[in-house]
Amino acid sequence: MKRRDFVQWTGLGAGIAMVPNLGHSGLEWSGSLTPVPAEDRKKLADVGLTAAKAAGASYADIRIGRYLNQFINARDTKIQGITNTESFGVGIRVIANGTWGFASTNDVTTAGVARAAAQAVAIAKANATIQKEPVRLAPVPSYGEVSWKTPIEKNAFEVSVTEKADLLKAAAEIALKGGASFVDSGLFLVNEQKYYASSEGSYIDQDIHRIWPQFNVTSVDKASGKFETRASYSAPMGMGWEYMSARPAGRVVGLAATTYGNFYDMVADAAAATEDAKAKHTAKSVDAGKWDLVLDPSHLWLTIHESVGHPLELDRVLGYEANYAGTSFATLDKWKSGTFKYGSELVNFTADRTQPNSLGAVGYDDEGVKARRWDLVKKGILVNYQAIRDQVQILDQKESHGACYADSWSDVQFQRMPNVSLEPGDTPMTPAQMIAGVEKGIYIVGDSSYSIDQQRYNFQFSGQVFYEIKAGKIVGMLRDVAYQSNTQEFWNAVVGVCDRRDYRMGGSFFDGKGQPPQISAVSHGSSTTRVNGVNILNTARKL
Amino acid sequence: MPEMTDQQMRQLMERALGYSKAEACEINIFGSQGGNIRYARNSVSTAGANEDTTLVVQSNFGSRTGTVTINEFDDATLARAVQRSEELARLAPEDPEFMGPMGPQQYAAVNPKAYSRATATITPEFRTRVAKASIDPASSRDCTAAGFFQDSVNWQGMMNSKGLAAFHRQTGGSLSVTVRSNDGTGSGYVSRDFNDVSGFNPESTSAIALEKAVASRNPKAIEPGKYTVILEPEAGVEMLQVMIGSMDARSADEGRSFLAKAGGTRVGEKLVDERVTIYSDPADPDVPSSPWIGDGRAVGRTNWIDRGVVANLYYSRYWAQKQGKPATPFPTNMIMSGGNASLEAMIRDTSRGVLVTRFWYIRFVDPQTLLLTGLTRDATFYVENGQIKHAIKNLRFNESPVIMLNNIDALGAPIRVQGSMIPPMRVRDFTFTSLSEAV
Repeated sequence: MKRRDFVQWTGLGAGIAMVPNLGHSGLEWSGSLTPVPAEDRKKLADVGLTAAKAAGASYADIRIGRYLNQFINARDTKIQGITNTESFGVGIRVIANGTWGFASTNDVTTAGVARAAAQAVAIAKANATIQKEPVRLAPVPSYGEVSWKTPIEKNAFEVSVTEKADLLKAAAEIALKGGASFVDSGLFLVNEQKYYASSEGSYIDQDIHRIWPQFNVTSVDKASGKFETRASYSAPMGMGWEYMSARPAGRVVGLAATTYGNFYDMVADAAAATEDAKAKHTAKSVDAGKWDLVLDPSHLWLTIHESVGHPLELDRVLGYEANYAGTSFATLDKWKSGTFKYGSELVNFTADRTQPNSLGAVGYDDEGVKARRWDLVKKGILVNYQAIRDQVQILDQKESHGACYADSWSDVQFQRMPNVSLEPGDTPMTPAQMIAGVEKGIYIVGDSSYSIDQQRYNFQFSGQVFYEIKAGKIVGMLRDVAYQSNTQEFWNAVVGVCDRRDYRMGGSFFDGKGQPPQISAVSHGSSTTRVNGVNILNTARKL
Repeated sequence: MPEMTDQQMRQLMERALGYSKAEACEINIFGSQGGNIRYARNSVSTAGANEDTTLVVQSNFGSRTGTVTINEFDDATLARAVQRSEELARLAPEDPEFMGPMGPQQYAAVNPKAYSRATATITPEFRTRVAKASIDPASSRDCTAAGFFQDSVNWQGMMNSKGLAAFHRQTGGSLSVTVRSNDGTGSGYVSRDFNDVSGFNPESTSAIALEKAVASRNPKAIEPGKYTVILEPEAGVEMLQVMIGSMDARSADEGRSFLAKAGGTRVGEKLVDERVTIYSDPADPDVPSSPWIGDGRAVGRTNWIDRGVVANLYYSRYWAQKQGKPATPFPTNMIMSGGNASLEAMIRDTSRGVLVTRFWYIRFVDPQTLLLTGLTRDATFYVENGQIKHAIKNLRFNESPVIMLNNIDALGAPIRVQGSMIPPMRVRDFTFTSLSEAV
């Protein structure tokens, strides 16, 4: 079928020759079944670009992508599935008559690619009849043939599934031994092999790796019929298997909890989670009202994501997401004023697609723009947005920010959130010193429930574990805690940010946006942060 | 690749099974072909056509399982995918809960309304017409439309080494539209979904969002608190989906579900108001769906809540066998019985309350009580003495669907929304906890 066509077209089974031996040595290998060398992808890309031009496109780009995932899931100590997925295909985006068109296919042959190119142009022309303003693209250098790879130490796809299964089992064993009722766990690996080419002369080959270990420990109290859970303090990372190495350098031992930076100890965290889940049964139910909050990076990343990352996406600000994710309170007039106080003076947010170990790190974005770092909020003032090639002229800026991404060959690329992080404080401060200064507060570790309105004003967040702070000391655990606030009010109530020594990232594999919906992986870094006078709800209910 | 026939799916799956050296092998195919158009700012933004077919190979040695998914079907890739799944299976630990593939099953006939030739042959020009049906009327009334229309034909097949063979195909499409008033104070929304595009009218659908946008301008703030709410089906559907989606038997039996209680579960107990009956039925002509699910089990009509009582929970095959219960599969659609009253009649019959047209960003707060939080969005109104008095600002709620369904005081006529049939509901004492400035 199409593979045979493709192999014939490339002049021989060059792709086949690249296939690793799948005999006994293949047992350790979970990589691609049929990798295609870059030179063959270049030829195929040129077929698509030429076909698009011939059909009337003024611009075209093509992404030939092979997307690999591996999932290993366990229920307690029982491994319930090992799944490798592989998806190969091509997406072609064109501008014809000043309008975008897109088509994708898993028929990766010369005929299939040419057909998709013609289809994309036909769609663009049909839509041009109702287009108001022609698409304008900010210039981008032609990079020629370049490549980039996530700087991993050890490819997690090359680690044996036995080793992975043993790790999940070890985490479950220690939790069950410690008194957990149940442990659900999983490992999720991602490898995006993306080949991008455009009619402007870039041919970009990228090999991107991500890893996400996670578990959830449940403690059931049979007498009361109640259950409590504690999820892992791991983060999804743009790393290889080295993230799982449990190196001591990754451990952050705090006053009440141990959390993790660039190396994760799944077994130790499972043991700690078990103690937390059991302790939550007897934690004190919180008194609703105003509290000062001390927020660990394992918690704060999600608040940053929802209340800073999303409202500063320029497509939302302009209304392109109005029918789905929503619009934004951070309107252009606020930015243009140069005085809009997003947060207190201590609040500095940066966008960054170069940050090591992060989920958003790439060499180039999905429209061939080199990765970069830029300021969003400086000393509390809104200074910029996240924008791509067809948007930056709206900001009177000359260069794209490099924030374009598609989650698959099958979907069109569009503006997606880079890593958005709170910069650490300049004044030396540890979390212990920060807590010592709090009279009546709650120290929140880990993320949980989250919800925010479609313009990103009103939000509600919860956490994994809550510790009561009284007169500078942690005095016990609280339960039934959620905080409700408003974005501008919340970030203006920041009165302390710990220094760089405490900086860690959290993140998500599943940031959703767009129609049809696409996911994106993004990290958010911060140091422990104090926010004063936040409204706390008590969430206990009786059925 | 164009739409696959059953015969083509069968041939592909037989080829894959032909490479199998495992003790058991199961193949699933999921394919789709379709197109979409997205618009915003009264202009088209992106549009596309997509096609893909995925094949899943699951191999077993004893109770060890390995699974590989591919979308390339030449002989070499197919053979390697089967081989890779066998290697993974050999490395996988024994799974004491493994049930093995099922033999041949009897399935109910698919409702012929599931597949429509008209939907399968939608053109880019039709999609452009749909966008225009939102954009032109919005522009003429000082409003801005954003929307998304998508259509697809989907095919699915399954075969295994024990002789089971199952095939299904259906068409589907949906339109969602948000219209915002250009003064930034009003917003309205509509969504419609269908199997057969012939009964779908883009003009009258879009008009609903436009009317709501105009009517919701200049909202006033009300104090958060407990209110009687009238929930349009679009507002009710997601909270119900969360509840029905949480009716897993094993979680309840293990004590980690809203249906768990000290010493057992709430199955057979009255959980909500006796006017509430929620069931699923793939043969339903309004929301036709597949009569089988991905592990080969036949799906029939199942009552989940029957006149307020927890009637059934869904089971994995393993848990059903262990508990000696029928292996009731997860629902493929959701139908809530209602009354005959129209939404307008329910409003006329309300002395004081809040009309919610839509909720947004619903998330769990507490799985023990199914406490959820979320916000109203895109047109919320204050109702007094049987009339809509004025638009109100959006509100955040913290409420459990279980408490909500206990506080039902009227149900209207169900309509199709998000693949389910949901009536408008009037509910007492619905808990709003804060105001939002968002429009």
